[in-house]
Amino acid sequence: MKGLIFLVLLWSHAAYAIDAKQFTDQKQQAAYESLTSELRCLVCQNQTIADSNAELAADLRRQVYEMLQQGQTPEEIIAFMTARYGDFVLYKPPFKIKTSVLWLGPLVFLSIGLLMVFWLIRTMAQKKVDAVQEQGQQEKLAKIRRLLNEEEERF
Amino acid sequence: MVKFLIPLVLFIIMAIFLAMGLHLNPSEIPSPLLNKQAPAFTAPKLLAPTETLSPTDLKGKVWLFNVWASWCVSCRAEHSVLNHLAQQPNIMLVGLNYKDNPDDARGWLTALGNPYAVSITDQEGRVGLDWGVYGVPETFVIDKKGVIRHKHTGPVTVQDVEHVLQPLVAQLQAEAE
Repeated sequence: MKGLIFLVLLWSHAAYAIDAKQFTDQKQQAAYESLTSELRCLVCQNQTIADSNAELAADLRRQVYEMLQQGQTPEEIIAFMTARYGDFVLYKPPFKIKTSVLWLGPLVFLSIGLLMVFWLIRTMAQKKVDAVQEQGQQEKLAKIRRLLNEEEERF
Repeated sequence: MVKFLIPLVLFIIMAIFLAMGLHLNPSEIPSPLLNKQAPAFTAPKLLAPTETLSPTDLKGKVWLFNVWASWCVSCRAEHSVLNHLAQQPNIMLVGLNYKDNPDDARGWLTALGNPYAVSITDQEGRVGLDWGVYGVPETFVIDKKGVIRHKHTGPVTVQDVEHVLQPLVAQLQAEAE
């Protein structure tokens, strides 16, 4: 049963919004597929326009297709889309001051995490060294006391 | 003491960000068209399909460009506000009938009233695409030079009209051509 559900889930992911489109060559088809999976559908914001069945996504796919047919490059198509919908339309936004938090945020958090791990390990190691030293001291003191006691007993 | 303060401070920072996130509207996407020349189009008028309209025809006027459709539920909610807005002096509403059946659209205007000085048809959504339309209704404010000065996504409310649109239109009317 679990396997069946899994299969159904897999299948549903593979069910892209398909429209019949004729491409002049494989290169154009590849460009179409990569572009439509890089552009965000603005109505259903967590889907690419390749995934989405929304009308707007269909319009954007048609636009991409027509521009490719006219011989425009993927860069030109991306520029066309961002001029109208902003960087939000891109799943991979360009690095700008405005998007720097988006790009650098994860790195900052990762370094904070690494620093904390480093600091924790160091304090733990230091504690261990202190404990060992402490134990050594205690043993020495005990030995001295014992020796002193022995001396006292002798006299 | 510090040991207990650090998690508390982290928690407070996180809570502040999460609270801010709750009040953001994810469907409100800033338009890159703001303060740029309005995209050109030549589109047939809804009520006179043999005539066309371009933004250049409206140069020298302050106008509102409202994207609507008869299939759009929130447009119905917005419609009475637009009807009221159209009554105000100095307001010129231009409609973009977006991805709609022209017959349905004409029926809608007959039934609910027509606040638009003129509406144009965009059955394939091409004008909408050039204007970066992604959710209907949307409303743009265009100044005398043909520059987009404001974009409102979603239905316009009475508050929006009183506090944003009317003051802005009055301000733009005062600007030179």
